Amino acid sequence: MDKMDRTDEQLLETIADLHGIPEGSFNIRKNGKLLARNSGTDVEIVSKTDKDGIDIIVKPGVKNKSVHIPVLLTVGDFQDTVYNDFFIGEDSDVTIVAGCGIHNDTCGNAEHDGVHTFYVGKNAKVRYVERHYADGSGTGKKVFDPVTKIYLKENAQFILESTQLGGVTYTERKTYATVGKNAQLLVKEKILTDGEEKAITDFKVKLSGKNSRADIVSRSVAKGNSLQQFKSDMVGKNECFGHVECDGIVLDGARIISTPKIDAVSPEASLVHEAAVGKIAGEQLLKLMSLGLSEQEAEDAVIKGFLN
Amino acid sequence: MLELKNISYSVKDEASGKKQDILKNVSLAFEDRAISVITGPNGSGKSTLIRILMGISKPTSGKIVFNGEDITGLSITERAQKGFTIAFQQPVRFKGITVKKLLELACGKKLDMNGMCDCLSAVGLCARNYIDRAVDGTLSGGELKRIELATAIAKGGDVFLLDEPEAGIDLWSFEDLVKVFEKLHEKTVIIVSHQQRILETADKVILFENDKPVSIGRGEEMFQKLTQRPSLCWRNVKEN
Ligand SMILES: Nc1ncnc2c1ncn2[C@@H]1O[C@H](COP(=O)(O)OP(=O)(O)OP(=O)(O)O)[C@@H](O)[C@H]1O
Ligand SMILES: [Mg+2]
Repeated sequence: MDKMDRTDEQLLETIADLHGIPEGSFNIRKNGKLLARNSGTDVEIVSKTDKDGIDIIVKPGVKNKSVHIPVLLTVGDFQDTVYNDFFIGEDSDVTIVAGCGIHNDTCGNAEHDGVHTFYVGKNAKVRYVERHYADGSGTGKKVFDPVTKIYLKENAQFILESTQLGGVTYTERKTYATVGKNAQLLVKEKILTDGEEKAITDFKVKLSGKNSRADIVSRSVAKGNSLQQFKSDMVGKNECFGHVECDGIVLDGARIISTPKIDAVSPEASLVHEAAVGKIAGEQLLKLMSLGLSEQEAEDAVIKGFLN
Repeated sequence: MLELKNISYSVKDEASGKKQDILKNVSLAFEDRAISVITGPNGSGKSTLIRILMGISKPTSGKIVFNGEDITGLSITERAQKGFTIAFQQPVRFKGITVKKLLELACGKKLDMNGMCDCLSAVGLCARNYIDRAVDGTLSGGELKRIELATAIAKGGDVFLLDEPEAGIDLWSFEDLVKVFEKLHEKTVIIVSHQQRILETADKVILFENDKPVSIGRGEEMFQKLTQRPSLCWRNVKEN
């Protein structure tokens, strides 16, 4: 097994708030290889045999447990695809932290594509935290193309908190969810792009169960010449409630394109979409400047709060 | 001493393209250690005057002199750093910025629970219930006005510009609010208000009408005058 160096530790801290090796179950992957793992009885982690990836099995009724599965990429000319399946037992309550950090000092591209599938049992509660971060001095691209599939059984609740706050050259993230009876999907997405970066995020949500709910809130800030695209496609197939909110701040020469689609297949479905894209409200800057901040400081404070 | 010398402010009417005077040749002096209250009908230019004092709007002509220094050209930030502090008539909302963060930005340092309590209890809010709330659309109108005032107190300064600080504040908290103003008595305080109770605390009352002050006097005597002028949209709390 490889050892962790300073770069690894810094990345781990940024993407997973980890200081060294975490408590509880974890699986740390570095440059396509296993770096460290702890598989427990409550949460079992098993390597796949047919392809790269792991099965994470949360036993029924397991409460207040956390699982860390960070991924580190510190070389160029490397494309890492990993298939992780999560089997979340009935009545369980877990937090899964799955950040990925790329540090690329080379001129070759570094790419991590995590294909994550969640099978969430009845009455189970999952908080899934995914942070993507990249840095490094090389000209090589830093790319994430994650796919997240979520299947929610009766009464299940899934909170997805995904954050990408800088350094990622290109990302195209796809999130698919099927929400069952009385189940709930909550998404809080935050994306910051700068320079020539590009970020695409695409949600496809099927509200199939009676009284199912989905609430997707995306906040994005695009600076420099960056481009962001937000797409969502929500289908209400039953008596359900769905809400999609895309809020964007554009600065400099950046662009944010929001494309919503809502389809109430069932007449009992209630679906709402809100989108607002624009520069920072002048009144907000004036207020903060009147507290003694410079215009730049005021702008930073508004953005920091917005992505808070 | 804060002085306005021949301040005019005009805008161009979008539709007709004609010049419209909002303030016309206003000269006023605000003494140190005094509360001056500006009152007058809606649209007479009170908020415009406040915004010009803070540097948010630039006067078309005229000068602003503070302690002998011409500050007409100073930016908002520079004035804020010189001790000018404003509480807006319509406080702005922020997505994501919490009450705690806003207070910290206002006083320029991290605040502990005690510091937070000091700022918020002065405006009748319990810190525990508010510090983690975002200063956004989920706050009620009155709460937002109170927090606006709390940020002004947290920032501190020498010249306080309070634009209708009592608007939206329930009647039952009125006396506490008046106490806040009285505590600022050591400073230069300029309050825009329509309320008798606030006029009573004033050392000086300035009546605005159609783009300029038309009458200046002591609190009580001005109040007499005002009640005899039914043409002014006058609200009197005590009679309600
Ligand atoms: N940019 C502008 N363009 C056109 N008219 C303006 C502009 N700014 C202010 N005004 C007008 O100037 C007048 C004075 O506005 P101001 O906000 O100063 O009034 P006020 O005395 O504070 O009124 P209120 O008591 O309602 O708060 C109003 O008639 C307003 O419509
Ligand atoms: Mg006004």
